[in-house]
Amino acid sequence: MNALKLILRNALRHRLRTGLTVTGLLVAVLAYGLLQTVVDAWYAGAAASSRARLITRNSISLAFSLPLSYENRVRGVDGVAGVARSNWFGGIYQEPKNFFPQFAVSDNYLKLYPEFVLPEAQRTAFMRDRKGALIGRQLADRFGFKLGDALPLRGAVYPGTWEFVVRGIFDGADESTVTNLMLFHWDYLNESLRKTAPLRANQVGVYVLGIDEPDNAAAVSLAVDAAFKNSLAETLTETEQAFQLGFVAMSNQIIAAIRIVSYVVILIIMAVMANTMAMSARERTAEYATLKALGFGPGFLATLIFGESLAICALGGGLGLALTPSAAAAFKSQAGGIFPIFAVSPETLAAQAACALAVGVLAAIVPAVRAARVRVVDGLRAVG
Amino acid sequence: MVPLNYIARNLWKRRLTTALTAGGLALVVYVFATVLMLDAGLKRTLVTTGEYDNVVVIRKGADTEIQSIISRTQANIIEMNPALASGPDGLPRAAKETVVLISLNRSGSERASNVVIRGTSSAGLQLRPQVKVTQGRLFRSGSSEIIVGSNIAKGYDGTRIGERLRFAQREWTIVGVFDAGASGFDSEVWGDADQLMQSFRRRSYSAMVLKLADSALFERLRSEIDADPRLTNEAKREQVFYSDQSKALSTFLSVLGLTLTGIFSIGATIGAMITMYASVSNRVAEIGTLRALGFRSRSVLFAFLLEALLLGLVGGVMGLAGASVMQLVSFSTTNFQTFSDLSFRFLLTPEIVAKTLLFALAMGLLGGFLPAVRAARLNIVDALRAA
Repeated sequence: MNALKLILRNALRHRLRTGLTVTGLLVAVLAYGLLQTVVDAWYAGAAASSRARLITRNSISLAFSLPLSYENRVRGVDGVAGVARSNWFGGIYQEPKNFFPQFAVSDNYLKLYPEFVLPEAQRTAFMRDRKGALIGRQLADRFGFKLGDALPLRGAVYPGTWEFVVRGIFDGADESTVTNLMLFHWDYLNESLRKTAPLRANQVGVYVLGIDEPDNAAAVSLAVDAAFKNSLAETLTETEQAFQLGFVAMSNQIIAAIRIVSYVVILIIMAVMANTMAMSARERTAEYATLKALGFGPGFLATLIFGESLAICALGGGLGLALTPSAAAAFKSQAGGIFPIFAVSPETLAAQAACALAVGVLAAIVPAVRAARVRVVDGLRAVG
Repeated sequence: MVPLNYIARNLWKRRLTTALTAGGLALVVYVFATVLMLDAGLKRTLVTTGEYDNVVVIRKGADTEIQSIISRTQANIIEMNPALASGPDGLPRAAKETVVLISLNRSGSERASNVVIRGTSSAGLQLRPQVKVTQGRLFRSGSSEIIVGSNIAKGYDGTRIGERLRFAQREWTIVGVFDAGASGFDSEVWGDADQLMQSFRRRSYSAMVLKLADSALFERLRSEIDADPRLTNEAKREQVFYSDQSKALSTFLSVLGLTLTGIFSIGATIGAMITMYASVSNRVAEIGTLRALGFRSRSVLFAFLLEALLLGLVGGVMGLAGASVMQLVSFSTTNFQTFSDLSFRFLLTPEIVAKTLLFALAMGLLGGFLPAVRAARLNIVDALRAA
């Protein structure tokens, strides 16, 4: 007798029950995949950062700035190929929920970020216009900005209304580059500050250092920090990746909670699946006894049960896997600017498949053992 | 009316199934209750941060104290406003404070977190009666001494009394630990305002805290500060100010948590539905017998609904028991708006208990409704024939 045929026919006996179980599995696998993708998205900034760039910031905290006079001294440190300035602007476009990052950067910033791809004509236009702004492709798509549009920002860190003109739209070199940010001239910010709040002028948020050899990152970092030890503003230099991971670590408890919860959902569905299999097996005690009487061994019975469980899980899990990419796309469009990179990784898909498999196997263990142990006499005794 | 005994014994008879289904429900209830408790804990931490009669003055347009600047001239002008209460020495009850962030390592982690350092004075301590120094003593004004909040003392390295923290080119000695009644101040370090401003090379204060002579004078104070051309500040009630600071974090946590719970509840409800369908189909003969004895189909419907509700209740109580254990855990994360670390606990209120049990019952009801309808619609003769 063909075991596979038996398995499939058994699974379809209670269509309602099987249908409900498959739906439950679909929802669980989908939820698991989305949650893992959220965790990945959180780390996206760190994943996209380069090892050939260092970030130098004030050692006390990111809330403090560094003096402009440090720039030449940093440039003089061995191993440093280029130094750019970057200030977090923190302005508001129309309303706070339209949040996107804005940076006031020095003119050589783009040289340090080769992953921002900008046509030469737009780059020249940006350099010529003191109030020019460069925006990323994702940002342009989100708000419908075009070249030449006016971009007013209400400053929160630097009070007042600031007017910019879109002079360039840059693309990312590959999928993982974040392009929902805006760059403008540091000189424009500084000149305005010199007029309105002179005490805040000539201050740099962070210095971005390009190094010639990525392997020298640690040595160069230490050298830069040593140059400013015991000064008014001591520095802390780290690779860009460590810098980004520092931000992620601030929410690490939330991330840990999300990870735990994604496994909880698998546990829930395992309970449901085990329930289904236990019920099915209990109802068929007489059939198993009959099969045993016919001469089929306990191994065959176990195969039947495991097979049915795995078939249902394969169906539910497979559907969940297939729907995950579209669900992720829908989530991304709803979440707006929070997660600029939101892509389902192959590891997540593999993990989803593994979870479905694990649920299928674990749920069937107890019923299979019970069925294998059923005594022919007891089983056939049950009437009806 | 079908006896309650019969309904309850049915659940007990198929123990494994009941346990598995209730277990699934319990997990969902646990997540739901934990999310509600997290939100309640966050809100309580922030609302108790602040007195109703206190007013916080910051720069116009600044959302947080970190972004705000008040010059000495402006601080003096605000201090002289007649709406302020006077202390026993005749001086207005106002505290000029400077708020700064430093990086400290959390215990057992290499990751640094941003911690708020508040430069204040003894006036600032008096304006916050819920703050009490529990160990050691208050810092002396004019010295490099600091006191740390209870969450800082527990969760961070090198923060015991007598130890020193190094920042802003100076070593600061910890001379006391204070308890701020589970409010946001528990995650802060306090020191002398003038010393901290000098160390961080600041010329201006960050914010002021004032006490109103009469609570009704708030509106007058607010409009006077607004209208004064010399001032670029705005005034808010202290409680409103702190609750606004957590809106983004609170909304994020609630939305995330409730979305997850919604998804999970689908899985658990499906589990309940499967169980109830099986329960009905296994007892077709019993249902027929009950109907033949004279119980109406409505009674059968209610019986199965009650069974489903009971299942939900069992799951709900299990989940709630698990969630109440979470009250022993404290949760700390970075508040996105203020960019500083905030610790809070999970808080179980009677309202949350009620909401959670209702949720569990609802899941049971949704799961059991269709099967109960099927049971009620069974034809007596067909049901008995199946026996």
